[in-house]
Amino acid sequence: MSGTSSPPTASTAALDLASQFIDRRTPLSRVRGVLHRFPAISPGIVLLVAVVVFGILNPRFLAPANLSLITQQVAVIGILGVAETLIILTAGIDLSVGAAMVLSSIVIGNAVAGLHAPSVVGLIAGLATGLAAGALNGILVTRLKLPPFIVTLGTLSIFTALLLLVSSGATVQGTSLPDLVTWTGGTFRVIGVDISYGVVLMVALYLLIAYMLGRTAWGRHVYAVGDDREAARLTGIRVDRVLLSVYVLAGAIVAFAAWTQIGRDFGSSPNAATDANLNAITAVVIGGTSLFGGRGTIWGTLLGALIVGVFRNGLALVGLDVLYQTLAVGILVIAAVAIDQWIRKSKS
Amino acid sequence: MNSNNQDASAATPPVLSAHRLVKTFGHVVGLDGVSLEVHAGEVLAVIGDNGAGKSTLIKCLTGAEVPDEGVIKLDGKEVQFRRPQDARDVGIETVYQTLAVSPALDVAANMYLGREIRRPGVLGTAFRMVDTKEMRARATEQLHQLGISTLQDVTVPIENLSGGQRQAVAVARAAAFGSRVVVLDEPTAALGVRESNHVLELILRLKEKGVAVILISHNMPQVFEVADHIHIQRLGKRAATITPESHSMTDAVAIMTGAKAA
Ligand SMILES: Nc1ncnc2c1ncn2[C@@H]1O[C@H](COP(=O)(O)OP(=O)(O)OP(=O)(O)O)[C@@H](O)[C@H]1O
Ligand SMILES: [Mg+2]
Repeated sequence: MSGTSSPPTASTAALDLASQFIDRRTPLSRVRGVLHRFPAISPGIVLLVAVVVFGILNPRFLAPANLSLITQQVAVIGILGVAETLIILTAGIDLSVGAAMVLSSIVIGNAVAGLHAPSVVGLIAGLATGLAAGALNGILVTRLKLPPFIVTLGTLSIFTALLLLVSSGATVQGTSLPDLVTWTGGTFRVIGVDISYGVVLMVALYLLIAYMLGRTAWGRHVYAVGDDREAARLTGIRVDRVLLSVYVLAGAIVAFAAWTQIGRDFGSSPNAATDANLNAITAVVIGGTSLFGGRGTIWGTLLGALIVGVFRNGLALVGLDVLYQTLAVGILVIAAVAIDQWIRKSKS
Repeated sequence: MNSNNQDASAATPPVLSAHRLVKTFGHVVGLDGVSLEVHAGEVLAVIGDNGAGKSTLIKCLTGAEVPDEGVIKLDGKEVQFRRPQDARDVGIETVYQTLAVSPALDVAANMYLGREIRRPGVLGTAFRMVDTKEMRARATEQLHQLGISTLQDVTVPIENLSGGQRQAVAVARAAAFGSRVVVLDEPTAALGVRESNHVLELILRLKEKGVAVILISHNMPQVFEVADHIHIQRLGKRAATITPESHSMTDAVAIMTGAKAA
């Protein structure tokens, strides 16, 4: 939950006109009020139900090896989802995080394997690539005042062209990369479940960004800018600065996704993760973050990424074709947005 | 009721003044060379028909808009407000006509938006953690001091409040932090009779504290009750500045509509 919207304490709620406004409505609108306040509740329920149902349908679903597989499949999208959440919270959308991630992973792979740069230098080059990609988006959005959709549609093509240029279309194999570069793919065992370092990285990023969003002034400003940009400006918030910081931070996070991607694929390929960007948006939307900005939590996105992972894995285990997994994800997205619209009506 | 303030203010420069402000929006002339001044401990009302340029005028005075031409002075010294924060930094607080509150954030977060209090010690300095508890406590205290009783719970998101309650939050925020000038653009538009009277009391209390108040209102009795001076805005220009003593309400309306010259 964002720190700004925790429930009222009993002492202050004693004689409270405002909460009477919420409570005197029908039970259904009371549910809506609660969902409005805690948008991560509905994806949480969906995930729980999905895990139970798939666990009953096929006991192998809950086997440690399978759970470990799901977390590893989720890591890359989970990290990209963090970047996408930040941007969607500001009422933007980023179509370029996937391409920026692949570009960053190509830079890392080619710097280390092609140019024989030390691992650390390669990873820093990857981070710089992510930062530059984010900064470019941020500058175009804040200086030229172009809509984020258009900006990132353009940079999607630019980053894709760049990554083909840098890689010459060739894949760098994990065997030609030092351990540090593929470290994110390594695992350790916790109560029978193999956890990859990429998953650890993902959890660390969630904790960090959740803290920044929920416990710092910057986080409040991100919500305020996404909620009502003009109101934020009039209250003295430097809207452009907040937006630029969000895009640059998203760029840095994208670089961590790239590192995780290299570990998971054991190499860097220009053809990797073509659907990563849309999957990241899917995770954010299923996680209850509003595409209109200003509402949602980072934990919702983690739930969203897990839901997509669990559905794909669970449906595959039940023996359904990939097409049904894709169908299920599509239905989930539309249902999530429909629920969001319905929740937002409680504002009126 | 205002004579003592007037005598005192004659010697000192006005706390906030504007000289021949011009602001255009494409072909629309919002302000056409408007001047205005307000002294500490004085209530200046700004009246005028819809579209007369009242909001544009106060936006230029508070950094929300940058005038094309003209000079703004604070305590007699020229200043340039490039953004709202610049005006806030020198103690000018504003209730905009649109209220400028963030719906998803709660009352306390809105009151402290852009001036968050951080936790004491390393948590606040190195980790930049905000002190939510402290801000809530202070916001509750401030609302209490301002006598705003419709808002008892500062943890309620703004979007769950009624229009009048939202307006009360915006007024409370400005009154609590405005140390030099408080600007109110139709602060009682959504308020009931009791709440409106409350805001008028609040304005008089600010005046007593030596704060300058600029009040935009369409409510003539209200204006004549609290104002020391009345700035009449008409078609982007200042038609006249009068006092409740020198002119009647009928006169003011006549000047406002152009039926009578000042
Ligand atoms: N951002 C803007 N873009 C274009 N025109 C504007 C803008 N802001 C104000 N105007 C124009 O400037 C003129 C003055 O508007 P302003 O909002 O200052 O009027 P007002 O006196 O506050 O009216 P009201 O009593 O309705 O609030 C109007 O003609 C309005 O259309
Ligand atoms: Mg106006």
